[in-house]
Amino acid sequence: MRKTAKSALLRYILLTAGACIMIYPLLWLLGATFRSNSEIFASAGILPLHPVTEGWQRAFTSYGGQISLLKALRNTYLIAVPKVLLTLLSVTLTAYGFARFSFAGKKLLTVLLLATLFLPQTVLYVPQFVLFHHLGWIDSPQYLPLIVPAALAGDTVLVVMLIQFFRGIPRTYDEAARLDGCNSLQTLLYILVPLLRPVLISVGVLQLLWTVNDYMGPLLYVKTPARYPLSVYIKLSMDADTGFAWNRVLAVCCIAMLPQILVYFIAQRFMTPETGGIKE
Amino acid sequence: MKQSSANAGFIRRNRHFLYILPWMLGFLIFRAFPMLYSLICGFTDFHLFRGMHKTGLMNYIQIMHDPDVLHSIALTVKFACISVPLRLCTAMLAALLLNRMIRGIRLFRTLYYLPSILGGSVAAAVLWKAMFRDHGTVNAILTALHLPAMTWLADSRAALWVIILLRVWEFGAPMLMFLAALQQIPNDLTDAAKLDGAGAVRCFFRVRLPMISSVVFYNLMLGFCTALQEFNAPFVITGGGPRGATTLFSLLLYRSAFTENQMGYACALAWVLFLLSAAFSAAFLLLRRKLVYDPDEGGAA
Repeated sequence: MRKTAKSALLRYILLTAGACIMIYPLLWLLGATFRSNSEIFASAGILPLHPVTEGWQRAFTSYGGQISLLKALRNTYLIAVPKVLLTLLSVTLTAYGFARFSFAGKKLLTVLLLATLFLPQTVLYVPQFVLFHHLGWIDSPQYLPLIVPAALAGDTVLVVMLIQFFRGIPRTYDEAARLDGCNSLQTLLYILVPLLRPVLISVGVLQLLWTVNDYMGPLLYVKTPARYPLSVYIKLSMDADTGFAWNRVLAVCCIAMLPQILVYFIAQRFMTPETGGIKE
Repeated sequence: MKQSSANAGFIRRNRHFLYILPWMLGFLIFRAFPMLYSLICGFTDFHLFRGMHKTGLMNYIQIMHDPDVLHSIALTVKFACISVPLRLCTAMLAALLLNRMIRGIRLFRTLYYLPSILGGSVAAAVLWKAMFRDHGTVNAILTALHLPAMTWLADSRAALWVIILLRVWEFGAPMLMFLAALQQIPNDLTDAAKLDGAGAVRCFFRVRLPMISSVVFYNLMLGFCTALQEFNAPFVITGGGPRGATTLFSLLLYRSAFTENQMGYACALAWVLFLLSAAFSAAFLLLRRKLVYDPDEGGAA
């Protein structure tokens, strides 16, 4: 009995030490945004000695030009919202097709699907850029180069993930629905999608985080400063400020991180990947 | 008449192909076609504003004789070989610690996952740059511990480690997968091992690790594939410096394609990266066949 208590205590000590290391950079970031620029690197502590809101105030003022923090934030979600919705639609249909039906050439297509999982995106940047250049999509106000590939189930990892969860649902559900007169699309909509809701939320959140964090895409395909999303804006503000206004840059970073963390915490209540919400 | 009814039968049998049609279109337009196009481009001197001429193997010969490219390939492989195993080991340790239903465990899981939400974001890279500055936080901590401070970002050996540390810090995704896999191991297996006198360490290497080896391999493959493409962190934190010490392959490719507009050469570089990545994947698949126990074939991937 004593031994298990000791090992539990050891576990807590290790867990707490680990958690401190993991969280320290983020807490330092939060503290640093409330410091003056002369104080910011004076110590490694978290709490500012003389808190100021200068960094936060200046974060919202523009560097000049047509882009500001709030505009960049809006642009980011102008890309992310349609991209997430269209991803959910296309990825669900594709995974359903692969998981439940047979058709000519399915084996070959499955191999191709799995192969694209390990195809480096970097390899595609040059030819895709040329393609979008010829289509006239570079700097498109609807962010077509960023959204359309994802709208056609381009994120194969998500398809593969969803296929696994479709396979986890017994086919007897489908058969029962068919006996009740559902066609295959109705079976998907009324039976399988509600069962997969937690997984679909995970898929949506993952795509949202990837999109908000994406830098290379907007760097290549968005040229007009007024259309820059946050990732590009942060890099700009760092290049403009390094050396003198770190509190402002860090406040910009902090504001960029907050919505993601918030979305994750809200979504976490609905995601239970262990169960997938299914009971036999 | 017979022909058309046979056709109708074929369409009827394959009508569910419609579900994967969007993916199929995306695959052909945005993956297969660009891949082929870049293969062809690699044998030309395609320049975005100067047109395209056939040059045969010129690009590939140039790549083999370009010391910058060779250095970058070696650097990228080194980066992947250090950062991926280190990240996965950290993730595994965290997963083992978290794999116990004790009070407050959910909070710990969330805290460990938190940095990974930021993923490859520019914001995380900027934070890292601020912390590893010459007069930054990390050096302040080192000084407080009476350790020598380092010029992290200007030192050609330390700079790569700054980027490695950033990627290791964000180990949440593999951690969650390991955790889910560990929870699937039936208790009687570990109990039996304990009855046979195996300690915690031995139990891990002989029972648990083999049981979840297919998840580990999946993460190894995916990790290498991602690490070989690392772009954001070196681009934001060091800009590839000092003196090329963090010019990973993607940075090199980006420069020749989008600052020098040498699309043909960049396509050849991209194919080199593709082959490198494929070689690693093939090696892991071979190794997997030898080492992995699959409870239900098909495994996690």
